[in-house]
Amino acid sequence: MTRPSVAVLDYGSGNVHSAVRALNRAGAAAQLTRDTQTLLNADGLVVPGVGAFSAVMEALKAIDAPRWIGRRVAGSRPVLGICVGHQILFERGVEHGVAAEGMGEWPGEVTALPRDVVVPHMGWNTVDAPAQSALFEGIGQERFYFVHSYAVQTWDFDQTLEVMRPPAITWSHHGADFIAAVENGPLTATQFHPEKSGDAGMQLLQNWIGTL
Amino acid sequence: MSLAVRVIPCLDVDSGRVVKGVNFENLRDAGDPVELAARYDQAGADELTFLDVTASSSDRETTYDMVSRTAEEVFIPLTVGGGVRTAEDVATLLRSGADKASINTAAVSRPEVINEIVARFGSQVLVLSADVARSADVASGFEVTTHGGRTSTGIDALAWCVDAAERGVGEILLNSIDADGTEAGFDLELIAAARAVTRVPLIASGGAGDPSHFPPAIAAGADAVLAASLFHFGPVDMIARVKDEIRQAGYSVR
Repeated sequence: MTRPSVAVLDYGSGNVHSAVRALNRAGAAAQLTRDTQTLLNADGLVVPGVGAFSAVMEALKAIDAPRWIGRRVAGSRPVLGICVGHQILFERGVEHGVAAEGMGEWPGEVTALPRDVVVPHMGWNTVDAPAQSALFEGIGQERFYFVHSYAVQTWDFDQTLEVMRPPAITWSHHGADFIAAVENGPLTATQFHPEKSGDAGMQLLQNWIGTL
Repeated sequence: MSLAVRVIPCLDVDSGRVVKGVNFENLRDAGDPVELAARYDQAGADELTFLDVTASSSDRETTYDMVSRTAEEVFIPLTVGGGVRTAEDVATLLRSGADKASINTAAVSRPEVINEIVARFGSQVLVLSADVARSADVASGFEVTTHGGRTSTGIDALAWCVDAAERGVGEILLNSIDADGTEAGFDLELIAAARAVTRVPLIASGGAGDPSHFPPAIAAGADAVLAASLFHFGPVDMIARVKDEIRQAGYSVR
């Protein structure tokens, strides 16, 4: 079997190499790239993200990413967002009181975690995945590695729309419930870092690669 | 659901080799950081920290190569400290495959470097490592030191924690110079005092000599616990024993 090709979007900061290494270990042929054709044509696209919501959105806009990510989604071509790459798929992010527009694939705002808990939320936490989740298949009660101070803490998607299958939402908790993962047709996203989550993360990446 | 207390082994490395040895059985090469990192990963470590003690900057390339080889094999968070002076040093470590960098003396000398690193890479990449000793010369009674505790700075350690957190560090590694090497337990007063003034994650370090020493550090406010000798020279299942102790005290572990 040939290894599915995965393009990992390179916008030049943080440890995005670990995503490439983990994807290769999990069975993909992954490469770090900013070449639009490669990013469009790969079997899977990974949008990693570290740093601030607004900075990541600016970096994405600078390379016209919202448009071609939209094209991939319209063509049912899989996309996986990780951490801030998960957050920017929502409508907007509010950091230090300043709102920035996200890609708006899903309703909801990325807001600060409650003030009564240790922040950043850093370390291994449990998740509560729905029964229909394909992403967490075979994973059970494993913990995943999170590093973030902001999260989507409400889900307002109309789950009754008959025209589409409702997204599978996985929750976690740190001071408040927040969205740990979304599976919505070709579009998948995790607030945690599967590439840093040991065996559980490797299984999750294999599950995603298996859909490519 | 709750966040697990992280148990972190720390390995001293010099020119790409682990120094001070490790007591795992059946190691091909006790000095190979990649093999040791993989063993600690299997043993249940939640993160790994390399402390680079390489003296010569010309040997720094071997550190980057070591980090890169480790990151190829181990898929848990990897922090590298020692010799980090500038945002460019952090960039090189991240490119090599580190997830976080820890900074110590350079931040004491020039605190603005914290802001520079955080502005470029975000809070999550930066750990402030503070070597703290008790002293009557500062208000809180806890003073920041450098050079392994030999040099006093006159800086109040608690004020330094507050300042560093405001500048954006993602975590604080509190290393007690007084407790370090005693194997008599963590400095609980230091942990509690730091917890009272900051809400960033705290990693307790220094003094661990037995699994029973860990729950009190967590009760005092540590979010993570770091040790070196206890894991290197203890039995192979020491990480599991520590986690059992923490679990029995009512805290979550992975």
